[in-house]
Amino acid sequence: MLYDIRLATTYTYAAPSMQARNVLRVLPLNRTGEQLRLKGELSFDPRPQDRADWTDFFGNAITEIGFQQPLTRLTVNLRARVERLARAPQLDLSPTRPRLAEELAALRDLHADSPHHFLVPSPRVAFDPGITGFVGAILMDGATVLAAVRDVGRALHETMRFDTGATDVNTPPAESFRNRHGVCQDFSHVMIAGLRAHGIPAGYVSGFLRTEPPEGKPRLEGADAMHAWVRVWCGAELGWVEYDPTNDVMVGADHVTVAMGRDYSDVAPVKGAVRTSGHHKSRHAVDMVPLSG
Amino acid sequence: MAALIRDYRVPAGVADEMIGADGKVRPVWQPFLQRFAKLSAEDIARRFNRGDRYLRDAGVFYRQYREDGPTERDWPLSHVPVLLAEAEWQQISAGLRQRADLLEYVVRDLYGPGDLVKKGMLPAQLVAGNPAWLRPMVGIDPPSGHFLNFLAFELGRNPDGSWFVLGDRTEAPSGAGFALENRVATMRTFSDPFPHGTIYRLAEFFRAFRETMQGFDRHPDSRAAILTAGVGTETYFEHAYIARYLGMMLLEGEDLVVEHGRTMVRTVAGNKPVSVLWRRLDAAFADPLELDDTSRIGTPGLVNSIRSGHLSMVNALGTGVLQTRAFLAFLPRIGRELLGQPLALPNIATWWCGALKERDYVQAQAHRMMIGDAMSQDLPFEADDGTIIAGRYSDGRFADVSAYLAARTGALVGQEAVSLSTTPVHENGRLVPRPVMLRVFAARTAQGWSIMPGGYARIGSSDDATALALRRGGAVADVWIVARRNVPTDRAATAERQFQRATPGLLPARAADNLYWMGRYVERAEGLIRLVRAYHMRLAETGSPDDPRVAHIAAYLGRTGVTLDDAVPGDILGQLQSAIRCAAKVRDRFSIDGWLALRSLESEISGLRMPQPGDEAARALGHMLRGTAGFGGLVHDNMYRFVGWRFLSIGRALERAQAMTWLLADFAAPTAPEGSFDIAIEVGDSVMTHRRRYLIETNRNTVIDLLALDHRNPRSIRNQVSSVRRLVAELPGAEVNGELSELARAALRIETRLAVADPARLDTDRLISTARSLGRLSELLTRTYFT
Repeated sequence: MLYDIRLATTYTYAAPSMQARNVLRVLPLNRTGEQLRLKGELSFDPRPQDRADWTDFFGNAITEIGFQQPLTRLTVNLRARVERLARAPQLDLSPTRPRLAEELAALRDLHADSPHHFLVPSPRVAFDPGITGFVGAILMDGATVLAAVRDVGRALHETMRFDTGATDVNTPPAESFRNRHGVCQDFSHVMIAGLRAHGIPAGYVSGFLRTEPPEGKPRLEGADAMHAWVRVWCGAELGWVEYDPTNDVMVGADHVTVAMGRDYSDVAPVKGAVRTSGHHKSRHAVDMVPLSG
Repeated sequence: MAALIRDYRVPAGVADEMIGADGKVRPVWQPFLQRFAKLSAEDIARRFNRGDRYLRDAGVFYRQYREDGPTERDWPLSHVPVLLAEAEWQQISAGLRQRADLLEYVVRDLYGPGDLVKKGMLPAQLVAGNPAWLRPMVGIDPPSGHFLNFLAFELGRNPDGSWFVLGDRTEAPSGAGFALENRVATMRTFSDPFPHGTIYRLAEFFRAFRETMQGFDRHPDSRAAILTAGVGTETYFEHAYIARYLGMMLLEGEDLVVEHGRTMVRTVAGNKPVSVLWRRLDAAFADPLELDDTSRIGTPGLVNSIRSGHLSMVNALGTGVLQTRAFLAFLPRIGRELLGQPLALPNIATWWCGALKERDYVQAQAHRMMIGDAMSQDLPFEADDGTIIAGRYSDGRFADVSAYLAARTGALVGQEAVSLSTTPVHENGRLVPRPVMLRVFAARTAQGWSIMPGGYARIGSSDDATALALRRGGAVADVWIVARRNVPTDRAATAERQFQRATPGLLPARAADNLYWMGRYVERAEGLIRLVRAYHMRLAETGSPDDPRVAHIAAYLGRTGVTLDDAVPGDILGQLQSAIRCAAKVRDRFSIDGWLALRSLESEISGLRMPQPGDEAARALGHMLRGTAGFGGLVHDNMYRFVGWRFLSIGRALERAQAMTWLLADFAAPTAPEGSFDIAIEVGDSVMTHRRRYLIETNRNTVIDLLALDHRNPRSIRNQVSSVRRLVAELPGAEVNGELSELARAALRIETRLAVADPARLDTDRLISTARSLGRLSELLTRTYFT
């Protein structure tokens, strides 16, 4: 599937922002066998004096921009063309949880894909007794890890209500879970916290979702902004599997990956440091359209 | 000597620094003790006092965080130093150099190829699950060539006399500056006849380290600076102290900005590059863009500046991972692998409970173990509530060790509950043994690791010789490394003879801002004292608060928000404390005497028993004026005329000019009650001058002439504005392409207006307009230099 992706975000600052400096992670990833970035252009208005592009620890494309002049407005524009390759259907080759623990212990690796990065609390994902207990009640002895992912994901999808007004970007998972609502970020953080607390490595993925559904299918939640979902390490044989708890689906050709990390803090589309006293507001427009069938 | 140590009883089963294994005084202590034994009790008290007074006068304190807020505490110096023989020290030093190299090897691997994990020498989860392992730093080679440049080690002595490491401090070790102060205070305590020539000196260590840092510089216009977390941190005093001692800039995150990958200091003369930062804040806070995004004390873009090779950090960001407690379980094996032999200086025996065999061992030996958080960066004795010592929690409850270990496995380590050696402390006229731990500093120089010869030991407060005694406060002592013969004068002393005047340093914009406002606040406090004193003097004269003059002063004060419910309004202390808050942020650039003058004035005012209104209050306020005058004198006579002094002086002059302008606008107004002219002259401290200069009665023209226009009167608006104009002319950027800057023009304009003014025409409206111009001058100064 070939997609054209467009993202335009405009930030307006109440007071001129001095020495603004931002890092962005919005360019879709190249992932062997899964997706190919054919084109990717990131531009800014006004043009920054400083710009550096590199790849972060987890392999995400990162862009740092800096402005010397006071800034009252900043527009970020992304145009990308991505080929999303459908993955082969997954046989459940994942181990049970005790076996997973043994495989983990045998794995001596600090590489970006190593599950060891995704086992403990991270900046935005603290463990929470409420979440741990909820997930613990779902996990069954003898079940495979992949089955566990599906069970936990479905249970969360059924329990939590999708609500774009209930949480913000800084809401901790414990809170969104307690109130049983949130957006894709909250669904993902809660699921990650629950799986990690039971020894299952889980990470956070940001990306885009096809704006209009294929014929005869429902429109997915989260298509009008950048989306987020979860990746879970299902043992050495099966490796990483991606699951979208907001929509209760395994991630497939409708999802395009931008960045991967431990939680939102590793992949935030825009991180900014502005020396300004006033508040700022932002406006987003996201579009992901298939080019052919 | 026998009397001095007669009751000195070393606890069973531990070593002692003064008494050797043979039960006799170690030779290195003998010359010291012989002289000490000859001192009378009075002489000892006098000497200890001298050391303490030195520390107080030097302003050495440390900040302690307690439930009721931070407090500043006197530096707890235990006067008797710890003495170590040169030969023993050389062994320790060799062991520490080896250990420092091992740590460099480990951290280079953790931020590079990751072979230690691949080879199973370090468990992956202790790195990948470690908050101190900073992913953005992976793959970045430090521009200086090394990750580690400045280290500290905590050392203890085993019962068998050998030394071991309790912890490695690799993040941003503190204490080296305090060691210098320990040394000065201790040398003053044990001055003549105590011989000093055989004691290794500390100064060379710092000089060599500074040279090394400056050597990283590849750009001739660039410089090295110290990066502090700010005035709120426990060890800020030390940061300011070292900055002053080494003549380096002391910067905070907000002083820095990154431009085109280069890190720049925002100074009053524009942005200037820095290429080396001696980091005294935790790495995670250094850059909110790539590290902890909640940090408010970092500099956005700093990591990228390092990545692009423009900035060296001492130590590199991320080196704090080496402080992880669980690493102590693996360092010995890594060392053996690397060196082909055991480490010369072992560390505290540590077992990581993520491995079954080790966990079983810890459980079986729980009675002689401390079981605690594997990821903790704290030293073994800094036990928290979750730590189990010999099977009990710190509150004394018994712990279910096996259940605890089974549940938390790899999150725990067991560490041997070690004993320390003891060292003499002088208490109630005799020497008593107290547990001791050395903190030893190591700095990388062009010649390799340089080990600071002593200077710092921590001493326990009770005779409990387990390391835990140190967590309950205790004291700090100097450590003397004593040679057999006189220590040769070091080479830096020779270098010092070559006279070289340092180029004037840069003044960061934030420091200038604080100096300017310190000047304003002190002056504001003084002006307020004068006005309130005038009120009380009139009150004493008339005996009635309803007297028109008394009421007029009260109303004037009331318009600025000052009420006279208390005879000495709290606003005076408030202004002074504002000045102190500014001064605290520029401790490295501000004289210790000036600081102490402010602090003693503060304690005088805050400790004041509220006087009766009238005469008594007037006298108390007069006394305070002598304090502010003392401060003014220090600033005027003792402060070097660098750029910072100019900002401080501009602050004082501008505040004084503005206050006088407002005062005259009111007290010289036609509507002011009779006697107001005299009040203005009195507040303007010009009574005598007025009497001499004008042979007639006070009238409006004489008052305006003397207090507004007479350039010879240091209290006049004109005089102060002229000072501002002259000072502004000497600031960086006062001329732009041969023309006066906007600020310099504005100052000149006000001065000229006053120079040609006629007292009769300088009415209240014109005075108010002048006051407003002065306010705009301050805004312009702020915009030009502080933002």
